[in-house]
Amino acid sequence: MGFTEVYDYEAGKKDWGSYGLPREGTQAAELTGGEVARRDVPTCTLEDDLREVRESVRASGWDTCIVVNDARVVLGRLGRRAIRNDDDASVEEAMTEGPSTVRPSIGVSALLERMKSRDLTSFLITTPDGRLVGLALRTDAEAHIAK
Amino acid sequence: MKPIGRDEVRRLVATGAQLVEVLPRPEYEEEHLAGAINIPLKELNRDSAQQLDRERPVIVYCNDFQ
Repeated sequence: MGFTEVYDYEAGKKDWGSYGLPREGTQAAELTGGEVARRDVPTCTLEDDLREVRESVRASGWDTCIVVNDARVVLGRLGRRAIRNDDDASVEEAMTEGPSTVRPSIGVSALLERMKSRDLTSFLITTPDGRLVGLALRTDAEAHIAK
Repeated sequence: MKPIGRDEVRRLVATGAQLVEVLPRPEYEEEHLAGAINIPLKELNRDSAQQLDRERPVIVYCNDFQ
């Protein structure tokens, strides 16, 4: 058609919305899971010393830690009990494998409904290839809905 | 058509590129990238493309990788 420069933004508007970039439209006002996710959630690797991880997580005020590989792909999650315990387990032994995740483009209201239906206080947000975006907290989602 | 990522989209838009959402109009009206126009894929032809400036880069997109 005579155009010299044509590009394909393959990841499209789901990707755009996940990062809170400017949108327009009748539904554009709703925040996404990616936007409310806490990106400062602690992370560790399988090789880390669990005792040191626990100490660091407790000191940061969190009660959970996400186990990732070098590419930040989520492998598991150290939950409240794993952080509170004081045994000699390894990260791999203590973590819960394959935690449920949702994509960053999910709307906050849909995310909150999912947490309520599963009686969860948080939900992991990952990219389609499993990389950690952050942890969405139910309290944050409820606060955003209430605004 | 060259595939690009989010950062490249932002850079090109800042220098005058045109954003085109090729999804059906109802989806566009619900939500689209700021500044994008809508030319549904089924309506994309020489006539509908006339609203675009041929001298400036064009970035097309839909929902995701599909």
